[in-house]
Amino acid sequence: MKERVEVAIIGGGVVGCSIAYNLARLGVKDVAVYEKSYLASGSTGRCGAGVRAQWGTEMNCRLAVAGIRSFETLPQELDYPDIEFKQGGYLILAFTEAQMDQFRKNVALQNSLGIPSRLVTPAEARAIVPHLGAADLLGATFCGIDGHSNPFKVTDAYAKAARRLGVEINDYTEVKAVAVAGGRVTGLETTHGRVQCGALVNAAGPYSQVIAAMAGLDLPLYSQRHQVLVTEPVGPVQNPMVLSFTHGVYCQQVPHGSFIIGVGDPAEPTGYDIGHSWQFLADISAKVNYLLPPLGKLRVVRQWSGLYNMSPDSQPILGAAGEPANLWQAIGFSGHGFMLAPVVGRIIAQMMTGQTPEIDVHRLDLGRFARGELVLEPSVV
Amino acid sequence: MSGEQTVICRCEEITEAEIAAAYAEGYRTVDELKRKLRCGMGPCQGRTCMPLILAQLARLSGKPLAELAPPITRPPLKPTPLEAFRLLEHDPEAEVLAK
Repeated sequence: MKERVEVAIIGGGVVGCSIAYNLARLGVKDVAVYEKSYLASGSTGRCGAGVRAQWGTEMNCRLAVAGIRSFETLPQELDYPDIEFKQGGYLILAFTEAQMDQFRKNVALQNSLGIPSRLVTPAEARAIVPHLGAADLLGATFCGIDGHSNPFKVTDAYAKAARRLGVEINDYTEVKAVAVAGGRVTGLETTHGRVQCGALVNAAGPYSQVIAAMAGLDLPLYSQRHQVLVTEPVGPVQNPMVLSFTHGVYCQQVPHGSFIIGVGDPAEPTGYDIGHSWQFLADISAKVNYLLPPLGKLRVVRQWSGLYNMSPDSQPILGAAGEPANLWQAIGFSGHGFMLAPVVGRIIAQMMTGQTPEIDVHRLDLGRFARGELVLEPSVV
Repeated sequence: MSGEQTVICRCEEITEAEIAAAYAEGYRTVDELKRKLRCGMGPCQGRTCMPLILAQLARLSGKPLAELAPPITRPPLKPTPLEAFRLLEHDPEAEVLAK
């Protein structure tokens, strides 16, 4: 492990690895990543891995569609054989008039930004997903460029490309303290020794507030468990990701053939628990029986959980922290960090090298909470 | 019995040679190998292959088997139809068992 680096990145998830690769690509020497376990062991490897452009705020739409375009070309860019990116679309279900109103606004916003989403009737929705139950369905939105990818492969692709460009990736290396002097981060203390750094990037996902506190910064973020299950693999029967905000459910069939189904529980306490509960299985079983009845026959092989890193407006915090002056952040993704990682990696690297970022994200700075300029994202599971 | 094409993980059809190649590429723990190759991720959840994978990892790394961290065991332990869990929340017996 080097004793001095130009940029130290805390977090070996997809966001940290994407930032590392993009910094090296822009010519920054001596970039290092510090990950307390193996790469993608945290929220990245535990996520539902959806990639969608169907968001409810302009900022999320712009970032997400740029993310999708990145996923389309990532294997070529990173010289990686396959990231299992399947663009089968997202079918988002509406069960109330309020949701229909919100979805009409969302589609109008999305279309104005060039996103090819559309409102569909219940009959059209059932033509897209023939095993859809959801007897009370009022309508849905569909966007064919949405999809999902394999988070382990995407992280691995970024890490390998970063290493080829000289980035030092330190797995099984936990950061225990952040040294600050004169308003600047000067270094890190890790389980494998100390390192001095010219700048620090906080990409620690659900532990971002813990890392920030080490640097004397109090963040308005919290972490919250989300549970997921995977079934045995079967032949291809479901092309799109099916999403219901009413039920907090998302359901996709990965190219391997397994179904991955997750539920967000609004009553979930905040914290760092990544255990599993039988209540989740009972809950998801009832909801799948209503939404996608034939999937109840599939055998569950495994359940697990991961943490969302929630921000007050469900949008990430991107850019310089202000104090300490050389602390940067890509945190608070509120459950959609994976899909934004390619574009966020570029934007953070552009900002850190003094370039104008490809998308203006100044509204996603940390200061928005103190200024009261929150733009609430309505479309979060 | 050993050879290039010996299948270690039957569910995902992962061979001894593939595990050795991934180890050489830098995936050094069971957790990393699982995520790279899917070995132990199929319907048997490693009940058949995990002792074989750990034994191979011990040979490759020169570490005693006892020092290798086994993967986390996750419910439901045996593949179980999703619909079988539907009545759990209404079953007081199940609640007692879960605690």
